[in-house]
Amino acid sequence: MAHINEAGVKKINEICDRYADEKTPLMMILSDIQNEYGYIPLEVQKIVSEKTGISVSEIYGVVTFYSFFSLEPKGKYVIGCCLGTACYVKGAQQIIDKFSEILGIGAGQTTEDGLFTIDALRCIGACGIAPAVTINGKVYPKVSVTQVPKIIEQYRAMGGAE
Amino acid sequence: MKTFAELDAKICSCTQALNAKIEGTNGKRAILLCGGTGCLSSNSMEIKKRFEELVAAHNMQDKVTVNIVGCFGFCSQGPFVKIYPEDTLYRMVQESDVDEIFKEDILGGNIVGHLLYEDPTTQLKVTKQDDITFYKKQRRVALHGGGVINPEDIDEALGYGAFQGLKHALSMDPKQVIDEILASGLRGRGGGGFPTGRKWQFAYNSVADQKYVVCNGDEGDPGAFMDRSILEGNPYAVIEGMMIAGYAIGASEGYFYVRAEYPIAVKRLRNAIKQMNEIGILGDNILGTGFNFHAHIRLGAGAFVCGEETALLNSIEGKRGMPRPRPPFPAVKGLWDKPTIVNNVETLACVPYILREGAESFASCGTEKSKGTKVFALGGKINNVGLVEIPMGTTLREMIYQIGGGIPDGKKFKAIQTGGPSGGCLTAKDLDVPIDFDNLVAKGSMMGSGGAIVMDEDNCMVDVAKFYMEFICDESCGKCSPCRIGTKRMLEILTRITEGEGTMQDLEELEELSNVVKSNSLCALGQTAANPVVSTLTHFRDEYIAHIEQKACPAKVCKKLINYTIDINRCVSCARCVAACPTGSIYKTDYVAPGNRFASYQIEDEKCLRCGACIATCKLHAIIVEAGRK
Repeated sequence: MAHINEAGVKKINEICDRYADEKTPLMMILSDIQNEYGYIPLEVQKIVSEKTGISVSEIYGVVTFYSFFSLEPKGKYVIGCCLGTACYVKGAQQIIDKFSEILGIGAGQTTEDGLFTIDALRCIGACGIAPAVTINGKVYPKVSVTQVPKIIEQYRAMGGAE
Repeated sequence: MKTFAELDAKICSCTQALNAKIEGTNGKRAILLCGGTGCLSSNSMEIKKRFEELVAAHNMQDKVTVNIVGCFGFCSQGPFVKIYPEDTLYRMVQESDVDEIFKEDILGGNIVGHLLYEDPTTQLKVTKQDDITFYKKQRRVALHGGGVINPEDIDEALGYGAFQGLKHALSMDPKQVIDEILASGLRGRGGGGFPTGRKWQFAYNSVADQKYVVCNGDEGDPGAFMDRSILEGNPYAVIEGMMIAGYAIGASEGYFYVRAEYPIAVKRLRNAIKQMNEIGILGDNILGTGFNFHAHIRLGAGAFVCGEETALLNSIEGKRGMPRPRPPFPAVKGLWDKPTIVNNVETLACVPYILREGAESFASCGTEKSKGTKVFALGGKINNVGLVEIPMGTTLREMIYQIGGGIPDGKKFKAIQTGGPSGGCLTAKDLDVPIDFDNLVAKGSMMGSGGAIVMDEDNCMVDVAKFYMEFICDESCGKCSPCRIGTKRMLEILTRITEGEGTMQDLEELEELSNVVKSNSLCALGQTAANPVVSTLTHFRDEYIAHIEQKACPAKVCKKLINYTIDINRCVSCARCVAACPTGSIYKTDYVAPGNRFASYQIEDEKCLRCGACIATCKLHAIIVEAGRK
C-alpha cells in the first residue's frame, strides 16, 4: 500500500467516522484498519492523523506498542503458535520450530511468496487442548509435530485462492 | 421492561420454560452442545449441524431442540453433548458419532455406552455430569450457568437467575450494596486479592460528576482461561455484576476491556449487551428506578501489561498501555481522570450471586480470610485438563489428584505453577496446603488469576523459569529501567545456564537482580517479574547446580545438556531413524547385536540437533536420551 488510492483514503476516513462520537477512539480505529488491511503503514497513520487531529508520533507510538498492530503486511495465512505455559509444557516449542523449519522463516516473519506468516502467540486461552495452533482464526487442537507438514500442505494447496 | 413487576413476570415465565426444557415437561427432548472455545475447535458446531439435519430429516422439530451452552469445564473430555430430560452426558463426541446418538438415544431411548465417561479408578460408566468425580468437589458460583444455559439467549439466562441480584440491589441503598459485598468477604479474583467492597467504598466516597466501572477481561496470564469461559458461558452475569457495581458507586458508564484473542467471548458479550438494551434492562431509567447504565466494549491489542489496571485505563484512552504511578488510585482518578473501579471478570461474575443468594451464602465456604470459591484453569501434565471452581481452602492434593485425576502416564508430580509469570511453584511438600490468597503467598507463589499448570518429572525447572522470563522480557512495557533491562539480563543469565555456560556466580547475580527488579518497578508486572526465578531457585536449586556444574539437564529438556545414543542391542537396523534425521547424523556401525542379521546404527554427537525426529520414528525405543554431554 505504498500509494493509497482514493478509495483507500475514503475507506480509512470512513473507519474514523465510525467512532466520531467516542472520546478516545484511536485503538478502535487502528483495530479496524488492521483487520481491514492486515497492516498499518505510515501513510495510513498520516491519514488517520489528519482526520482525527492526533499527532502521527502518538499514533506511531501506539501502533508499535501493541503486538496486534503491524507496520508490515502479513502473509495470507497467519499461523499463530501458542507459546502459553500449558502449550509450552506440552511441547509447543517443537511445533513452532517445525513450522519454521519447513517454511524457512522465523517467528514474526513472512514467506517470500506472501503466503505464510508465523506468529508466536502468548496464551490464547485454549489450554484445555494444548498445544494449540491458530491459522487465520481457526484453532487446531492438540497439534503434534507430525501433523505440521500436513497442515502446511493443506494451506499451500489452497494457495492464493480465496 | 419498565418495572420490577414486569421483570418478575418475565423471570417467572422464563424459569418455567427453562425448567420445562430441563425436565422435559414441555414434551421435548433437548440436545445441548458445548460452545466453548475448546470444544468449538474440536468441531462441536459440525456436530450441532448434523443433529439439526437429523432432526429436520425426521420432522422432529417440535419434539427435539438443539442448542449450544457455555463451557462444561472438562475440556480434555470435550466435545460434550448433553441430553435432557435424562441428563445424559456424552463425551469426546465426534461428528461420526452423531448418527448413532440420534438413532440409539433420541429415536430408540437407549444410552450409547461407549460415549459415556468412564471413571478411571472404578472403570464404571457414568451417565450424569454430577456423578463424575471431576465435578463432585466443585461448587459453581462464578461459573453459574456454564454448561446449562444458551449463552446467546437472554431468556435462558433469565430462567437461570439472571438480574435477580440486580433487582435486589436496586431496591437497596448503594451504601447497603457495598456493605453486602464487604460482608461477603469477596476479594479481587484477578490476582491481587484486594477486598472488592473496599475498592467500591473508595469510589463511592469520591465525589465527581461522572464515574466509571471497568471490567478487566484482559486475561493475559499464559495458562489461564477462566475469564474467557465465564464470558463465553454466561456474559449476562458479568454485565449484571458490572451494573450492580455501577449502582453502588454511582457510575452510569461501564467498559469491558477484553482481549482481541477472545473473539467468541466478545461476540457473546456484544450480543448480550444488545439484548439487554432491547428489553430495557440496560439503558436509562432501569426498571423505573432512575438508575442509568450503559455498557461498552473495548478490545485489547495484544499487550500483556494492559492487564495491569492503570495500563488498561491508558489503553482505553487510546494510549500506549503503560502503567501510571499510584496514588492517585483509579478509585480517585481513573478513566479520563474520573473515579473508576476496575474489577476482574470473575469478580464481577460473583457479584450477582452475592446479591441474589446473600453474602452469608457466599461466605459459607472458604477460609477465614478468603471467602467463596475460586476458578482454576487446570492444565499441563494432568489427566483432567479443564476449568474447576472449588471452595477456597481445598488442598492442592484434592485439586490435583481427586478433581484433576492425577498425572498422566504414571509420571511423578514435580510442581504446580500458580499465578502465571507473577507467581511461583509449589512442590510435593506443599500439597496439603489449603488454597487461598494468603497461604499461596506465604508459600512463595500467589493465586494470580487462577492458572494452575502441573509439571511432572519431564519438565526442567530452569527451562520453565527461562520461559517465564522470556515472556516478561517480551511484555515489559519499557517504562521502568529495572524491569526493562533487569529482566533482559536475567534472561541472558538463564539462557547461559540452560546452554551449559553458567557459573555459580550467575545464581548470586540472579538473586541480586531479582531484588532490584522487584523493588524498583512501578507496577505489579515488574514487581513480580522475578517470582518464577526466585521460586525455582528456592525449590529446585539442585537443578540449577546440575546445569552449571555437571553440565547436565536432569529432566532432559535443555538441548545442549543432553545427548542421544542408540541402544545397539535393541537396534534392529531398520534405518527408519536414518531417513528421519534432518542432519544425516546417524551412521551404520560394524557391531552386529546377538540375534541380529545386520549391523546396528549409532548417532554422531556433533551433528545431532536433539530434535527428537529419530525417537518419534523408532518403534523399538532404542534411542536413549541421557542427561549431560557426551
